[in-house]
Amino acid sequence: MSGYKFENKAVQWFDDRLPLFTVLRHSTTDYPTPRNLNYWWNFGSLALMMLVIMILTGVFLVMNYTPNAALAFDSVERIMRDVNYGWLIRYMHANGASMFFIVVYIHIFRGLYYGSYKAPREVLWWLGLVIYLLMMATAFMGYVLPWGQMSFWGATVITNLFSAFPVVGDYIVTLLWGGFSVANPTLNRFFSLHYLLPFLIFAVVFLHLVALHTVKSNNPLGIEMKGPQDSIPFHPYYTIKDLYGVGVFLIVYLAFVFFAPNFFGEPDNYIPANPMVTPPHIVPEWYYLPFYAILRSIPNKLAGVIAMFSAILILFFLPWIDSSKVKSAKFRPIFKQVFWIFVLDTILLGYVGSQPPGGPLVLIGQIATAVYFLFFPFLYLLGKIEKPRALPQSISAAVLKSEKA
Amino acid sequence: MAETSTSPLASPPEGETRRDFLLYATTAVGVAGTAMAIWPFIDSMNPAADVLALSSTEVDISHVAVGQSITVTWRGKPVFIRHRTPAEIAAAEAVKVSDLRDPETDASRVQKPEWLIVIGICTHLGCVPLGQKPADPRGEFGGWFCPCHGSQYDTSGRIRKGPAPLNLAVPPYKFLTPTSIRIG
Ligand code: HEM
Ligand code: FES
Repeated sequence: MSGYKFENKAVQWFDDRLPLFTVLRHSTTDYPTPRNLNYWWNFGSLALMMLVIMILTGVFLVMNYTPNAALAFDSVERIMRDVNYGWLIRYMHANGASMFFIVVYIHIFRGLYYGSYKAPREVLWWLGLVIYLLMMATAFMGYVLPWGQMSFWGATVITNLFSAFPVVGDYIVTLLWGGFSVANPTLNRFFSLHYLLPFLIFAVVFLHLVALHTVKSNNPLGIEMKGPQDSIPFHPYYTIKDLYGVGVFLIVYLAFVFFAPNFFGEPDNYIPANPMVTPPHIVPEWYYLPFYAILRSIPNKLAGVIAMFSAILILFFLPWIDSSKVKSAKFRPIFKQVFWIFVLDTILLGYVGSQPPGGPLVLIGQIATAVYFLFFPFLYLLGKIEKPRALPQSISAAVLKSEKA
Repeated sequence: MAETSTSPLASPPEGETRRDFLLYATTAVGVAGTAMAIWPFIDSMNPAADVLALSSTEVDISHVAVGQSITVTWRGKPVFIRHRTPAEIAAAEAVKVSDLRDPETDASRVQKPEWLIVIGICTHLGCVPLGQKPADPRGEFGGWFCPCHGSQYDTSGRIRKGPAPLNLAVPPYKFLTPTSIRIG
């Protein structure tokens, strides 16, 4: 393989048979990383850590969890009260899901701001979106498992989305439920898939990293590395920086786990599922709220569902929608502002989604939905008319200049 | 292909077509076989025989006073049984059918005007609408109000406002006696 010879004979012997150490070397000490990455680049490693934490805590939860409509709720309560450290493992898992989404949302918006979806990183961006979609499915099915009121009614509303499709809709919903309403068969299959999907995510993360190591990291300047003077090795420089990020992040995450473990939760989910009574105000988990607001803003059922799915699917086309050659918002004065409007608009949509329907919020939600979708055609036009600021010659030139200044 | 190919490796025309045929046939068998192998797995997710075994529910409605509603369970779903007041019946019958999103006359939705029997599942995304208890909000049309996304149903269970596309469904039912019914 590579010409590199390891000093340790045993390592070399093994590497000649399975190039594990060559691959490791290649992706750490030999892996060139832009020397100017800022802290927004920490969120990729944080996301990976969260995935590992979710899988580990999940595996231990399963040792005490019972996927049966009659027993699930009580088995989760037993985890909370009787199982040694069960409360800790469950709160790490439940809050971990929220943390995972916070990290991934920051990671996605980082990509948006610095134009990381543009050539040659389109496939990297797609794989990220696939991970995001799988995460949404996984978290949705996980939330059903404790079989509380929100679990049940969230599952009912979301699976019913598919009934919007003409002709096949009702068949799809019956197939998803395995019956005529959300019930034990639904819980069983959701449990099976909730266990499976995180491992699929893991596989896609692997591809995401292979793509990353092929095209290399983008950076705050949005210009590519041109030579060794623009880069530093990933290890030890970014391993240590990522580790520092892990420390700060764990403080925040564990603060929720220990001091506000139900902050992200809904009290109604501590009421066992009751198919006869819908809670007065049902809301999905916070990470779905912007899309939920889009769904509700459109008064036609099928159109609402299509709009909701399009809101995510349109992101796949972003590399071609954004017509500007310049990547980083740093050099795009108008895009920079439009970006923040888009961020605020998503947050506003999230707020609208969290509120009971009706009143002035209906109109606000509709305007915010319009703004969300107008962002994309506007982005296309913007690339044609915006005059970007002058790009620096190279990463090293920019870094050395700012060091002198 | 055979005509345009100049490669020395190209096989004679007969061989080419025979190979193509074998390739297509293999692909077709492979695709059909895969589809047939997948189907049992997909179908295993459909309702099982015990779930399908059509249950029916018998309900005694003699104790339901005028203006009162009860909720019973049928196939795991809530069914609303409402003893309508004359005012509610009049309101339901007065509606112009052509104004409705899902046009149905009140008469086609009931067997006896004083008893409205509908499946209590919002046709939008499946929540149970409010309106069964005296204190519940019942929307602008005096029927049911769905708390999830604000669909409003009238005194015939017809959709009048909000995102739901269809009227509350009427389950199959039969009056066994004037005061008892069988649903299903
Ligand atoms: C992408 C990774 C994952 C995400 C985003 C995720 C998300 C969730 C969420 C949101 C819940 C509901 C928590 C609650 O409110 O109680 C949950 C519950 C659960 N998850 Fe996961 N999960 C992941 C991975 C896993 C894995 C790999 C397993 C099993 C090996 C697992 C097993 C469970 C179990 C048994 C429950 C029910 C107990 C409980 O409610 O705490 N999860 N999951
Ligand atoms: S489920 Fe009733 S309005 Fe959406």
